Amino acid sequence: MKGATTSARFSSRKRRNLVWTVLAYASTALGLAMLTIILATLLWNGVGGLSLDVFTKTTPPPGVVGGLVNSIVGSVIVTAIGLALGAPIGILAGTYLAEYGSKSRLASVVRFINDILLSAPSIVVGLFVYQLLVVPVGHFSALAGGVSLAMLGAPIMVRTTEDMLKLVPKGLHEAASALGMPRSLVIRNVAYRAVLSGLITGVLLAIARMTGETAPLIFTALGNSLFTVDPRGPMSSLPLIIYEFARSPYAEQQKLAWTGALILTFAVLALSIAARVLSASTGRK
Amino acid sequence: MTATALQTASIPRATSLDRARALARLKFADNGFRLMTLGSAVLVLVLLVGVLVALFIGALPAFREFGVGFLFSDAWSPPKEKFGAATAIYGTLITSLIAMLIAVPVGLGVAVFLTELCWQPLRRPIGVAIELLAGIPSIIYGVWGVYYFKPVMQAYIQPFLIKTLGDAPGVGALFAGPPLGYGLLTAGLVLALMILPYITAVSRDVFDTVPTVLKEAAYGVGATTFEVVGAIIIPYTRVGLIGGVMLALGRALGETMAVTFVVGNATKIQSSILAQGTTISAMIANQFADADPGLFTSSLLALGFILFVITFLVLAAARWMLARMELRA
Repeated sequence: MKGATTSARFSSRKRRNLVWTVLAYASTALGLAMLTIILATLLWNGVGGLSLDVFTKTTPPPGVVGGLVNSIVGSVIVTAIGLALGAPIGILAGTYLAEYGSKSRLASVVRFINDILLSAPSIVVGLFVYQLLVVPVGHFSALAGGVSLAMLGAPIMVRTTEDMLKLVPKGLHEAASALGMPRSLVIRNVAYRAVLSGLITGVLLAIARMTGETAPLIFTALGNSLFTVDPRGPMSSLPLIIYEFARSPYAEQQKLAWTGALILTFAVLALSIAARVLSASTGRK
Repeated sequence: MTATALQTASIPRATSLDRARALARLKFADNGFRLMTLGSAVLVLVLLVGVLVALFIGALPAFREFGVGFLFSDAWSPPKEKFGAATAIYGTLITSLIAMLIAVPVGLGVAVFLTELCWQPLRRPIGVAIELLAGIPSIIYGVWGVYYFKPVMQAYIQPFLIKTLGDAPGVGALFAGPPLGYGLLTAGLVLALMILPYITAVSRDVFDTVPTVLKEAAYGVGATTFEVVGAIIIPYTRVGLIGGVMLALGRALGETMAVTFVVGNATKIQSSILAQGTTISAMIANQFADADPGLFTSSLLALGFILFVITFLVLAAARWMLARMELRA
């Protein structure tokens, strides 16, 4: 009698375990399936549009064959501005958190705020930069777009720089200090070099994030159907042109949107995969 | 250290002067570098405060005009200059809620799979693949959502929900209305897909902090995998899990591009989750460029301010919980 109830309970436990296991497998399958579906639709709709025109012609008005060259170049320029402004600030602030501030109250506040900025809504950052740089100047500009991207990229670099610098062995620091090196030289010539690939990982992740951002550019860089490299004026970028053309009723423009989406996604994924490979190699050391 | 080096040096005066000068320069550069790092760290703080202040100043005319009522009014009429935040806040909360309801169980399922069930050599590749979902730019989710997911919703999922749940007592109102494809539910589901990798990544990280001995002890007394998960892993990591979930919630609340494409952008509160609606971020993205300066622009900035405050609170709570988890680990 007793044996029967224990075995009944045992099989009900096993059944429950089986149900949950199947659900866990199903969740993973769902996630992987969605990734595959999204990448497949991008390839399906985007590859057909890849041609030399895409890289040589500017974004067309309805009914004209065109390309994406102004958007691609614009994306590169706006991201480069974001990187040029964000990288020094991000890396220096990360250095402060790891080397100078580490346990001070200021450092813990900055760390907390930075973590919040890491996931702050990007559209709000766009509004801020609009208030700060577009309203006073009176017109949209690639520079303002770059500033908003810098605000989104810098927190990533702050975080990775701090995490990486903390990995530098204490002995390395002490050995360099014992030779009479001032602290800043120890950091720049010893610590930075020891974790260089880690720092680059952070920079790559930040570039990936900045390249894919759309929301903050809508009211800062605005978009531009002409080819321009002048950062003082409005400039196109891949996410912006996808946003515009994907909602367009014209087939040619929709097709270009898909091609742009394909280029953008694979560029961003390539950057994040490169970052991952690099960070894996730092971890092993 | 540098002072003793100077004193013991028995070298001609000219050289020692050079040395002193070189040392002074080094000291200057050293200090300069320290101050630069300090300045950058402070700049991070200044930026956050700056965002809050700039948005608040921009929002002030709207707050003055409408008062606290701005939060609770569902009016949104540019011609009449009557604005309220309720519709957008409602849409933001509902889409995020739908996203969390789907993404939390699925994300936890993936994390359990990756830490307990998956064949070891496959763990890393599958983990990376799930994380790649987080790498896809949000605008891609929007484009994919409107071209592929919306038709599926319109043709299959929404008619099914209307047929099965539309007349059900109590919840019927949630699933009423025509199947338009666009709507809060569609936006919530796309959001769920977007935040899934965040939930998985954080849960996997906190699952890894569970001491192996604890798990092995439980397995040793005959617990099944899911008894270990339910009785050991989840209780042990509870605080961190909640932190991770709130981190994902913070993302969902502020997400713009994916939502803008599929939410329908109707500035009206409707009881049905199949109905078109809007969110704070979608509203800003859609209307800000065309908004007249004055109350309209100010109201949109006020929406931005509200969104920032909401996400700030959620993210701060999330970080606080994750920090508590780290302290214990």
